[in-house]
Amino acid sequence: MKYVSEYRDAARVKATIDEIRRTVTRPWTLMEICGGQTHAIVRHGIDQLLPPEIELVHGPGCPVCVTPLELIDKALAIASGPGVIFCSYGDMLRVPGSNRDLFSVRAQGGDVRVVYSPLDAVELAVQNPGKQVVFFAIGFETTAPPNVMSVLHAQRLGLANYSILVSHVRVPPAIQAILSSPQNRVQGFLLAGHVCAVMGYWEYPPLAQQFRVPMAVTGFEPLDIVQGILATVRLLEAGKIEIANPYSRAVTFDGNRPAQTTIERVFMECDRKWRGIGTIPMSGWCLRPEFDAFNAEKRFAVGAIQAEESPLCIAGQILQGLKKPHDCPAFGKQCLPENPLGATMVSSEGACAAYYRYGRSIRQPA
Amino acid sequence: MTAASRWDRPPALRRECEVEMCLGIPGKIVDIYEKSDLRMAKVDFGGVFREACLDYVPEAKVGEYCIIHVGFAISLLSEKEARETLDLLQQISDIEEELGPGFGTAAT
Repeated sequence: MKYVSEYRDAARVKATIDEIRRTVTRPWTLMEICGGQTHAIVRHGIDQLLPPEIELVHGPGCPVCVTPLELIDKALAIASGPGVIFCSYGDMLRVPGSNRDLFSVRAQGGDVRVVYSPLDAVELAVQNPGKQVVFFAIGFETTAPPNVMSVLHAQRLGLANYSILVSHVRVPPAIQAILSSPQNRVQGFLLAGHVCAVMGYWEYPPLAQQFRVPMAVTGFEPLDIVQGILATVRLLEAGKIEIANPYSRAVTFDGNRPAQTTIERVFMECDRKWRGIGTIPMSGWCLRPEFDAFNAEKRFAVGAIQAEESPLCIAGQILQGLKKPHDCPAFGKQCLPENPLGATMVSSEGACAAYYRYGRSIRQPA
Repeated sequence: MTAASRWDRPPALRRECEVEMCLGIPGKIVDIYEKSDLRMAKVDFGGVFREACLDYVPEAKVGEYCIIHVGFAISLLSEKEARETLDLLQQISDIEEELGPGFGTAAT
């Protein structure tokens, strides 16, 4: 058991798709929440292998995409300051703020570094006592345990030169917002497997019941994705409102309790603005006041920043599953990966970037 | 790792701007040690080795597989659950083989 090759086996994927074909009797619209899954679906052409009854719409689970423009502008302002080492996961560097990105800050002499883990940023703070090290702590529930651990570790080490710029978001409030929309078409959800590895899936049964929508905890390999689809379709066809867990090798109902406890110690829930969507109540995490010393927004006076989005971009509707990338008149024309108008074209996990990369510029016949 | 596409490679080997935060990947723990009060491991991703923090999976042992995400193990993989999922799938394939290609089409 290597936990990779078994789940990329074409014969097993085909057998599962055949089973989906045998199970489905009418049209169903499913949403995969996670941008990593969107990427895998389009890359492997899974959407094109499914029976025509199944439509996949792409959800808002791309942290790079939903990080608000104002926060990126704050990151740019902090990173441009003297004596600052600004650390980020690599995929944030190309995300355009109102008028530039982190790469251009670096080109202009800013010390912007890509780190693999937030602990690498803490290490940089240890090695550079004369500098302020700031880590751009964005993401969903998956990056929260590493990000809060970096704060606790810096606290243990007595570091006064480490802080994080937080823009954390959570999946359940986003699902609630999508299902509450009068335009919603989503009938079943593929839940993000690694979000559930951390949080478990105990938060989802009330949502499923409230909106009468079944869900399946879904992994990231091709076989995991088609098994998530099969599990959701089986529930839909049987009229059952449940949470299935075909990704049980990595996910339990309770999730990772030590991680959840540590998140709760450092973060608290807060309203959060999602780029392209707007503010969703209590959809984010921010630092508790007792960790103000590690809060970059308190340490650096960046103030209120007004940001402007491109009027052409429909990323907000794409992130809510209301439109697909090829519905946008700017897609592949004014808006390209080298010159993205909106966040869904920037990140490789964004739906527009995935469609562009794998040549999905034309609408597929239904 | 021969002829692996760029997306099959662990994050370490991708271009800088493609070091993504979302794709946790399975890796095998080959060594466990303490480093400035943190429980750390050397993890093997198909021949590429990286360090990961084990504080969230304190029960993990050498030889076991974890989902590693931005330098942290977030979940210990269950071989029993993995086998059961694959066995269930095998049963579907066996039934299909036994009953022939027309199996199931009456339902549509």
